[in-house]
Amino acid sequence: MNAQNINAPSAYFMAEVSEKLETHTLSVLVDNEPGVLARVIGLFSGRGYNIDSLTVSETEHEKHLSRITIVTTGTPQVIEQIRHQLERLVPVHRVIDLTVEAHRNNQDKPLERELALVKVAGTGEKRLEALRLADAFRATVIDATTEHFVFEITGRTNKVEQFISIMGPLGLIEVSRTGVAALQRGGKAL
Amino acid sequence: MKREMTGAEMVLQALKDHGVQHVFGYPGGAVLPIYDEIIQQDDITHILVRHEQGAGHAAEGYARSTGKPGVVLVTSGPGATNMVTALTDAMLDSIPLVCITGQVPTHLIGNDAFQECDTVGITRPCTKHNWLVRRIEDLPRVLHEAFYVATSGRPGPVVVDIPKDIQFATGEYEGPNNIAHKTYRPRLKGDMSAIRQAVELIASARRPVLYTGGGVINSGPAASQLLREFVELTGIPITSTLMGLGAYPASGKSWLGMLGMHGTYEANMAMHDCDVMIAIGARFDDRITGRLDAFSPGSRRIHIDIDPSSINKTVPVDLPIIGDVAHVLEDMVRIWRSSSLKIDQSAMKAWTGQIDTWRARNSLAYRPSEDFIMPQYAIQRLYEHTKSRNTIITTEVGQHQMWAAQFYGFEAPNRWLTSGGLGTMGYGMPAAIGAQVANPDALVIDIAGDASILMNIQEMSTATQYGLPVKVFILNNQYMGMVRQWQQLLHGNRLSHSYTESLPDFVKLAEAYGWHGIAVDKPADLDDAIEEMLASPKAVIFDCRVANLANCFPMIPSGKAHNEMLLPDEANDEAVAKAISKEGKALV
Repeated sequence: MNAQNINAPSAYFMAEVSEKLETHTLSVLVDNEPGVLARVIGLFSGRGYNIDSLTVSETEHEKHLSRITIVTTGTPQVIEQIRHQLERLVPVHRVIDLTVEAHRNNQDKPLERELALVKVAGTGEKRLEALRLADAFRATVIDATTEHFVFEITGRTNKVEQFISIMGPLGLIEVSRTGVAALQRGGKAL
Repeated sequence: MKREMTGAEMVLQALKDHGVQHVFGYPGGAVLPIYDEIIQQDDITHILVRHEQGAGHAAEGYARSTGKPGVVLVTSGPGATNMVTALTDAMLDSIPLVCITGQVPTHLIGNDAFQECDTVGITRPCTKHNWLVRRIEDLPRVLHEAFYVATSGRPGPVVVDIPKDIQFATGEYEGPNNIAHKTYRPRLKGDMSAIRQAVELIASARRPVLYTGGGVINSGPAASQLLREFVELTGIPITSTLMGLGAYPASGKSWLGMLGMHGTYEANMAMHDCDVMIAIGARFDDRITGRLDAFSPGSRRIHIDIDPSSINKTVPVDLPIIGDVAHVLEDMVRIWRSSSLKIDQSAMKAWTGQIDTWRARNSLAYRPSEDFIMPQYAIQRLYEHTKSRNTIITTEVGQHQMWAAQFYGFEAPNRWLTSGGLGTMGYGMPAAIGAQVANPDALVIDIAGDASILMNIQEMSTATQYGLPVKVFILNNQYMGMVRQWQQLLHGNRLSHSYTESLPDFVKLAEAYGWHGIAVDKPADLDDAIEEMLASPKAVIFDCRVANLANCFPMIPSGKAHNEMLLPDEANDEAVAKAISKEGKALV
C-alpha cells in the first residue's frame, strides 16, 4: 500500500505528475436554486480542476432538480477529490462518476452525445463538398441561402470534432456546441 | 405554531429559538430594521465591535471556546466585505459561524446601489453555504437551515443575506421543529467493519502513533474524553496539530508535543518512523506533512474524518473511516475493551524507548539570558503563573503563536484559540473578547506579537465598553518575527520591510483606551509584572520586550521531510542560510 506513496505528487516540489491523466464524465444532481451553477464552477476554478465540457438544465421540473454533466480530466486521486468536493456542496443531491460506473459494468464509456450547429459559407465546389460530407456524417441542414449552410450534427464528441475540422477548409465560419449530455447504459436509473 | 411577524422580528425569534445569547455586530443602513428589534428586547445581548472583522473573530473565539455557533450581524457592502477574512478563517478551521448580512432592497439589487455588493457571490468560496433571501416566505426556513448547516457535520461559516425590504415585510414564522434537510445529512456513525479492521490493525502495530487534529475539538468534549480513554487503553504515543492542542493533556504520559513545521523532534520522528498511523480529525495539511514524497514512508494509515473530501486529499490512506470522531472513538474503545486484542508489549517498549532518545535531543531548547527576556522564557513564565487558573489562550499569527503552542501546556479542549489554517494576523484580540463574553469567569489571554496586535487594535475599545478584562501579552521584538526569520532563511537576511519603525507606546495606548498598561524588558522583573497583570481587574496590555532576533526552532525547512528537522543546537548562521533548497524557496 505504501509503495504508492513513494511516488505521490509532492505539493512541496511541484514534482511532475507521474500518474496517468484520465477523462471522466460526472453527473451531478442538484437543487435548481439560484447560484448552484456558480458554486459548481467556482469549485472547479478555485481548486484548479479542469472542465472539458459542462452542460446544465432542469431535468425534473416538479422536484426542482437540475442535472449538471461535467467532463473533466485529472489523475484518479484528483477525480476522487472532485467527486467528494462536489458532494460537499449543500445543494448537491448526488454525484455519479459515469465513467467509473461504465467500467464497473465492463463498458468503455457511458452514453455520451453532444450537438453542434456549424455554419459554413461558400460557393461552388467547396459548397457541394460540404453538403456531401454533411450527408456522410448524418448532419442535417437547418438553415441555408445560396451562400451558406447551417448544419446540425449530433454524436460523440470526437465525431463532432472531426466534422468541424473537416469543415474548416470548406468555409467554416461559426460553431456553437452544447457540450456533452450523458447517461449510463442499461435499463436502470441512477 | 405559526405566527405573523416581520422579517426583522423573524431574525430575532430564530436566534432565540436556536439558543443564541450573544451577537457580535456593527449596524448600518441595510440592517437597521434588525437593530431596531434588538434594542426592544432583552434575551439576546448585542456586542458592538469597532470593525466587522473584529465581530467575525470575536464570534469565532466565542464558538471555539464554547462549541456553540458564533453569530454575527453586519450591514451590506463594506460590512459584508470586512467579514470576508473572518469567514475564510472560520472556513479553514471548521468553526461554526452564522453571519447575517443586510442587503440593499430587492428592487435595487444589481443596480450598483449605495453600499451594495454581491455578498453571496463574494462569500461563496469562503462559506460552507450561503443564501440570499428574496422572499419573506423563505426566511424562517433559511434561518433554521443556516444553523443546521453551520453546526452539522464538519462545522463552518454560513451567510444569510437579507435585503432591507424583506426585513420590513410581514410573513408567517414557524419554529425550527423537525427540520430535515433535503440534501445535507452528514454521516456520524463510522462503518463498523472498517472500525473493526482499524482496531485489528492497531493491535498488530509495533510502532503506532496517534496524529490528532482540530476535528477532535470540533466533535465536542466527549471526543477528547474518549481519545484519552483510548490512549490509556492502548498506550499509543500521541501527537497533535496546532488546532488539536488540548484534546489530550500536555501533561499526559503518552504526549509527544505538537508535530509539523515547528513541532517537536520526537513527534515528527515518531510520525516518520511509525508503522501504523492513526489520523483522527486531522487533514494532512502542508504544515504537518513537510515533503510529501518522504512523508512517513513505512506506515499504514487509518484516517477518521467526518468529511469524505479529507480522505486521500494529499496523503493516501489505507483505511478511511467516515464519521464523527466521538462516534467512531466510542465504537473503537468498546471493541478494544470487549476483545482480547493487545499491542505487542516488547515492541511497544522498544518504540517508546526510541521515542525517549528522540525526546532527549531536547528540541525546544533555547539559550537563556539574564540580560534579555527570551520569548520562550516569557511564555514559560506566563504558563507557570496561569496554569492553575481557568485560562483560555488566544494568539495572533507568527513566532509568538508557535512559541505559545510549544511552551504553553494545554490540559483541556476549547482552551486554545488560534488561527491555524488561514493564519490571520489580528485574530487574537477579538477572539479573546469573544471568549471572554462566553466565559466571563475565565482568565482570557491573547498571546500576541507587536505587529499582529496592531491589525485589530481598535477592538480595545470594545473590551472597554463591555468591561471585558482580557489580557494582551505582547512578545514585542519590533519585527514581524516570522517574516524576518524566513527572510533570514530564504533571502540572505535582507530584512525587507519586516521591521516596524514606529511602534506605539503600548502603555500609553492602554491608558488611552482605559486599560492598564505594563512594560517589562528585564527577565528579573517578569514574574512580578505577570502577577501585576493577573491582579488587575481591568483589561491589560503587557508589553513584553523580548530578544529581537530570536528564531523559532525546531523547524522543518520548506521542502524537507520530518526527519530533516533543523534543531536549535544545530541552527548556526551557516546552517540556517543553507537550510532551504532552491525548490523549497518557491514554497510558502
